[in-house]
Formats: sequence, C-alpha cells, structure tokens
Amino acid sequence: MTSLPSPSTKKLGLVIDLDTCVGCHACAVACKEWNDGGQFGPLPDEDAYGAEPLGVWFNRVHSFEVQPRRDTNGDGPLQQLARSGFADNAPAMTVHFPRSCLHCETPDCVTVCPTGASYKRAEDGIVLVDEDKCIGCKLCSWACPYGAREYSEKRGVMQKCTLCVDRIYNESFAETERQPACVMACPTRARHFGDLGDADSAVSRLVAQRDGVALMPELGYAPVNRYLPPRPRRAGCGTAAAQAAEETLDPNQLSPLLRWVDKLLSR
Amino acid sequence: MHPALSVLFFTTLSGAGYGLLGLLGAGVALGLWPLGLWQIGAPLLVGTALVSLGLLASTAHLGQPRRAWRAFSQWRSSWLSREGVAAALTYLPALTLGIHVLLQRPDAGWTLLPRLAGALLALGALVTVFCTARIYSSLRTIPAWHNAWVAPVYLLLAAYTGGLWLWLLAALGEREAALDSQRLGLPPWLLAAIVGTAMLAALIKLLYWRHIDGAAPRATVESATGLGRYGEVAAFERPHTEQNYLTREMGFVLARRHAAKLRASSLALGFAAPLACVVVALAFLPLSPALALLALLLGSLGIFVERWLFFAQARHVVNLYYGARQI
Repeated sequence: MTSLPSPSTKKLGLVIDLDTCVGCHACAVACKEWNDGGQFGPLPDEDAYGAEPLGVWFNRVHSFEVQPRRDTNGDGPLQQLARSGFADNAPAMTVHFPRSCLHCETPDCVTVCPTGASYKRAEDGIVLVDEDKCIGCKLCSWACPYGAREYSEKRGVMQKCTLCVDRIYNESFAETERQPACVMACPTRARHFGDLGDADSAVSRLVAQRDGVALMPELGYAPVNRYLPPRPRRAGCGTAAAQAAEETLDPNQLSPLLRWVDKLLSR
Repeated sequence: MHPALSVLFFTTLSGAGYGLLGLLGAGVALGLWPLGLWQIGAPLLVGTALVSLGLLASTAHLGQPRRAWRAFSQWRSSWLSREGVAAALTYLPALTLGIHVLLQRPDAGWTLLPRLAGALLALGALVTVFCTARIYSSLRTIPAWHNAWVAPVYLLLAAYTGGLWLWLLAALGEREAALDSQRLGLPPWLLAAIVGTAMLAALIKLLYWRHIDGAAPRATVESATGLGRYGEVAAFERPHTEQNYLTREMGFVLARRHAAKLRASSLALGFAAPLACVVVALAFLPLSPALALLALLLGSLGIFVERWLFFAQARHVVNLYYGARQI
C-alpha cells in the first residue's frame, strides 16, 4: 500500500553530526559494501573501472563552503552568533555533508508510487522499496527532494537506503552491532542511530542539546533524520589564525644555538 | 528534468488521442455528430490508436515493463496509478461506441446507448489527461510543475491537438464533396472553436512561462543543508567526479540556455502556423485536406517542442546539493 500508515510512535532514523564529520566517505563505502551483499542488494555498477562509472549509492558525502555572516543587526539567533565574535576575521568553513534517505514522516516518494512497491513501515517508519514489485517508473525519485533514491539501470528498479533494516533487527549480530553499516563505520562517531520518536532516547537528547535541524522543512515532508550543525567557532579564533599567518618569531623561545643562528642571519 | 523521449511521446500522442476521443464523445453525447461510419469510425480508430501508441511509448520508460499491470493498484494515493486506471476504463465506452457504429441501422438516429457511451468517452478522456497533468503538478520538488497552470495547459493542448486530427479526418472524408463549402470538412463553428482553444492554450502557456520565470524560490542551498544560520552556503566539492543518476535525470541544463528561442519556436510552430493554415483553407476550400495535414504536422511539432521544454526547463530541488543556489 502506498497510502501512508498512521504515524508510528517509533521513528527510527539517523542523527548526523556536521561538526565532527571529516568527509572521509567511510559511511558511503560501508553502506555500499553491506547493501551490495545484503537483503536489498546487489548494487551493481556500470563501467565500474572504466571512464564513466555509474552506479547506485545510498549515501553520498558532499562538501559545502560556508562564508560566515558578519551582519549583526537585529536580535535573532544568527545575529547573536555573529555578535559573539564567531565570524570575526574567520575564514570560510568547509562542512562535510553526508546525504541519504531521511525516512520522512510524510514522504511523497511513497504516495506517488503506482504499484505499492514503495512503502513506509507502520511499526518503525522506515521507508523501503519492494524490488519485486517496482516497475522502474522513476516517479518516486522525482518526488524526493533529497535525492535519496537512485535508479539502477542494471536492475531496472529503484533503490534506496533501508536504514540497514537487515542489520538492526538481525539477532545473529551482537546487540552493539545492530546498527546501520554507516553508523558502525564512522571513525569520528558523527553518525548516530536511534528512535527519534522517543523524546528520551539518546539521539533525541542529542538533537535537543545541539539544536539539530531538519533539511528543507519548507517542503513539508517532515524528515525524521536530523543534522547537528557545526559548533560555532570560539570568539577570536579568526584573529589567532590571522596572527599565525604572519609568521612572527619569538627568538626567546628558541634554543641557544638556534638563537645564535637567528642573530647571525638577521644581520 | 531529463526529457525522456518515451514520456514526451506518451504525453503528446496520448494527449492528442484523448483530445480527439473527447471531442468525438462530446459530439455524440450531444447528438451533434453525423451518424456515419467514417465520421464516427475514423476519429474513434485514430484516437484509440494514438492513445494506445502513447501508452506503449510510456512503458518504454519503465525498467520492468512486464510488471506494468501492478500500476493499476494504487489509485487511492498515486496520480500515475489513477491515470492508468482511467486510461484502461476509457477503452470501454470507445469499444461500445465502435460496436454500435458497426451494427446500427442508418436511420436509427442517436439512441440513448451511444449517447451514454459518448458521454463516458468524453469524461474518460478528460479524466485521463487531467491525471497525466496531476502526475507532474503534484510534485512539490519541481516548482515549475507544482502550480495551477499545468493542468489547464495539458487539457487545452489535448483538446487542440485532438481538434487538428479531427479537422484532418473530416477534410479527408469530405474531399470528394460536391460543394466547395463542404470540403472544409468541419462546420465553421467547430473549426472556430478549435482555433479558440488554440488561442486560449497559447495564452495560458504564456501565463505559465511568466509564472515560472517570476516565481519566488521554493528552497535554497541554505535550507537544503540547514547551514544558513552561519552564513552563505555554496557547494564546494561533489561526492563523485562522474555523473550519477540524480545529475543525469534531474540536472538538465541545455534547455534553459536556449529557453527564449525554443519558446518562440513552439509558439510559432504549435499555434501560429496551424492558424495560418486554417485562414488559407477558408480562402482556398478545395485545399483543405492538404492544409489540415500541414496544420497537424506543424502543430504537433510545436507541441512536442513545448512538452520538451516543459521537462527540460523544470528544475528539481535536489540540484541544491549539486551547485544550485536557489530553486
């Protein structure tokens, strides 16, 4: 059924920390590896080692440049942040940004599906594709604002993140390993998995603590996943960086021999 | 959006087919249609053929066409499924009308059964084209489609291109007529109605273009990344060096570069040229069949360009992750 189930109390999803993500793509690779062999695989590539490789990945890691805003007029959170000295002399930030299915509460990708292949699980809110029913019309990928669905030319069906539904309930794994492959692989623990419908869960508390955000809320898909924004830089860090860039040298810090060399060369 | 040929052929061919069937059905239902084998049979056969060709073309867009029957199941939520159901149901009154035309006595007149079949045929055609338009206009991710102008354009263009087919078939049917005035094929009021539909469609298309050119952005790279609170966000590095499905399917740029020229040519070919053919036909009535054919060919080409632009110009919000600032 592609009509949406009534909202579940359990809302499984990911919380992604943009402060600690280093953009290593380990999550994307681990995802590809697990799901290629998992229940929803394979994920075949075309021309994998050739000039124009093309294939389905459930997870893609972008990088964005953020030019800090210096506007301090007004009293909004932005301006308070700017007044805290966050942006003083600061160079642009690079933010690594993993992008995958957000398992939205009201996803159009499910309701547009003509066959019932796309569905949202009533019990935990995971959005899945039944690849045996999918006719490959691609309409669901058009309906997703987040680019979470990719069509497999090789298999003729749409594929997407399963939140590793074949891991998280898998009783042959130790309990600590019943997590999505991307979460397990992240070397900086920038990815967290849990129930965002439960206000007391670790992920929900993290979102509350760090002021986590939903992506493109204006489109009305009510995504479940949250992104934790980078922590603001400390006031004056830009100034320190600017001073460091001038390469000042304090001879008193040097060893006697080097101080003598510095004196000799400075004549 | 990538303008897939299968979808372009589907929407233009089946649009014209449903326009033709809709006009025929409405004429029969109102009892205005001449009760002849050619007058009913030709538009019925050509309309059904166009519709079927379009539906076949649309299955070429599918990755698993053999499972296409599953698309009839989700009519409660999906416009694509509703379109499939409406398209399939519309064959029933078409078939009924066809059988009736073959079996009728010449002096029978329009009885209730064919008139009912005609009304259902017109309704089915209208609903199917409306569903087609709603497939696109229901997508919140594509602002150029998600607006109130899309459905009227689809409906009017279906009626207009169906009208061009109707004129050709009628002019062919009357090419041996004794009176020059009959060689025009259609009664002047009907031809005038088709011309009026064309002008209205062109006007609404112009208003559509004005709307999409001036519409406020639906989303920005700041809202797409949630990073707007820190400052100005710009894509810095892509996740992949080659294309992927998303950039191929939704990152089509060629049309926007040549939008003005393509819009002008779709207006000239799609509307101005066929109207000129009508005017010339009124002056030189025996030339009507040839001019109707020319009007149909040029008009169809123009509408094809229009439909190509409809896809190629539309921007999907996923491009915000791939370098677009706002969409």
